[in-house]
Amino acid sequence: MIDKRSQQLAAAALGLLPATFLLFRFLTDSLGANPIEEITHETGEWALRLLLLSLSITPLRRITGRNSLVPFRRTFGLLSFFYALLHFSTWLGLDHFFDWQGIIEDIFERPYITAGFTAFASLTPLAITSTRGWIRRLGKKWTHLHRLAYFAAIAAVVHFWWLVKSDVTEPRYYAAALGVLLAARLVPRR
Amino acid sequence: MAVLIRSKTPADLSERDVTNEKHYWHRRDFIKIAGASAALVGSGLIGCENGGESAQASAEPPAAVTGLTKSPLSTAEDQTDYADATSYNNFYEFGTDKSDPARYAHSLVTDPWTIEIGGAVNKPGKIALEDLLAQHSLEERIYRLRCVEAWSMVIPWIGIPLASVLPRFEPTGNAKYVAFKTLHDPKQMPGQNRRALQWPYREGLRMDEAMHPLTILATGMYGREMPNQNGAPLRLVVPWKYGFKSIKSIVSIDLVANQPDTSWNMQAAREYGFYSNVNPEVDHPRWSQAKERRIGEFRRRKTLPFNGYGEQVASLYSGMDLKKHF
Ligand code: HEM
Repeated sequence: MIDKRSQQLAAAALGLLPATFLLFRFLTDSLGANPIEEITHETGEWALRLLLLSLSITPLRRITGRNSLVPFRRTFGLLSFFYALLHFSTWLGLDHFFDWQGIIEDIFERPYITAGFTAFASLTPLAITSTRGWIRRLGKKWTHLHRLAYFAAIAAVVHFWWLVKSDVTEPRYYAAALGVLLAARLVPRR
Repeated sequence: MAVLIRSKTPADLSERDVTNEKHYWHRRDFIKIAGASAALVGSGLIGCENGGESAQASAEPPAAVTGLTKSPLSTAEDQTDYADATSYNNFYEFGTDKSDPARYAHSLVTDPWTIEIGGAVNKPGKIALEDLLAQHSLEERIYRLRCVEAWSMVIPWIGIPLASVLPRFEPTGNAKYVAFKTLHDPKQMPGQNRRALQWPYREGLRMDEAMHPLTILATGMYGREMPNQNGAPLRLVVPWKYGFKSIKSIVSIDLVANQPDTSWNMQAAREYGFYSNVNPEVDHPRWSQAKERRIGEFRRRKTLPFNGYGEQVASLYSGMDLKKHF
């Protein structure tokens, strides 16, 4: 059996593959006609996928009884934050080019941006407090704080739902996946 | 770096204007720098093909069209790359992803093609595309195209003024609007198997808009026949309105007395009005329309009223509240 540390490293490396591929496509000018939009879409989708993956660990552990799964929650959670950070920076720097007036307007006046920003703002303290030191310092409060991850996921799905023009097929898949995860938390512990 | 200041009165020259007009970084330049750094890093990466442009490049471009007349209505701005204009399309009949039309539109059969003309005309009927075009000489019209999603292109269309076509069918006094429909055939247009919009796609113009010299029926672009993903074999181009007004793959044209239903308006009336003139002052409820990204450029540029065609078309709307009739 591979030791835990290498398992986590492998998961992290796997999670960084989409970013690597995105960088490769950027450098070879193969992001299509609107590269900034493509980067925004890819990073946004990966942030959401990895967040849902992170949230699926607890139910999986309950089903399988394998406590060794727990560290992956953090790995996927941090990867999700990494993509969300890329997503947010792309929007600030490449899309808006630091046009602060436009940025502030968007955050407060465009509901889908407000939702995305809410998701990002909820993920940030989770990423910061994911270290061993913070877990120890916060104790029981840490568990409560990290329930925010569900809130972030809901905000992210709403964000996706509100930004599509007419075809909600894709956000609907994510909403369904999130619904299953939320329902799984409601099942009482064994 | 020098800041360009155009002939503007100091009063209306805000900080934002200056940065806006400074310099639009061109994507290809940006990419060159990036490419050079890639070379430095070393190119030990695996070669790989992906969708989008490379998928397009492998397809045969359509046949060349010759004997085009130039038009004084054309813009001299840099044209969008052909590869971009044919791989980044909104044509929901083939899927809602921008790369779907280039991928799936080959299933559309554009020859033979007939158009049915009806409604308030003395000479209704079906007409083959060749016969519709036979009497006209094709013009090149290089127009800006502004999508409602806040991106834009510059496209050299080939076509004929709609104003020279409609009179042939002798519109009656009841003809106040023109209603257009796209082909509805899920076998040829697989995106129609899903209800992303209510099919068939519908669009419409007021009679004076339809008869305006800028309004054309296009049969090609970039000196070639129209690629399927861009609306072959016959589409409308109305350059001062958001792109979705320029309906593609037209099979019927009806002259009608009342304002016709239009697809995006039916889908979300709050977001897409019948007129849909490009207007930086009326935001889409979900995003701003003040700026746009010209495909191929890095920085966003300011959106112009009527997409820069105000001088020619603003008078069509005099006395109308364009915030209400958006
Ligand atoms: C400040 C925070 C955020 C901003 C400003 C923002 C902005 C955007 C923008 C501008 C788009 C593209 C919209 C379009 O092309 O129409 C987008 C798409 C998206 N974002 Fe965000 N976002 C934020 C946070 C997040 C977070 C935290 C997540 C996930 C955890 C997320 C997930 C997505 C997804 C899934 C998409 C759709 C991608 C697609 O269409 O394929 N976003 N976001």
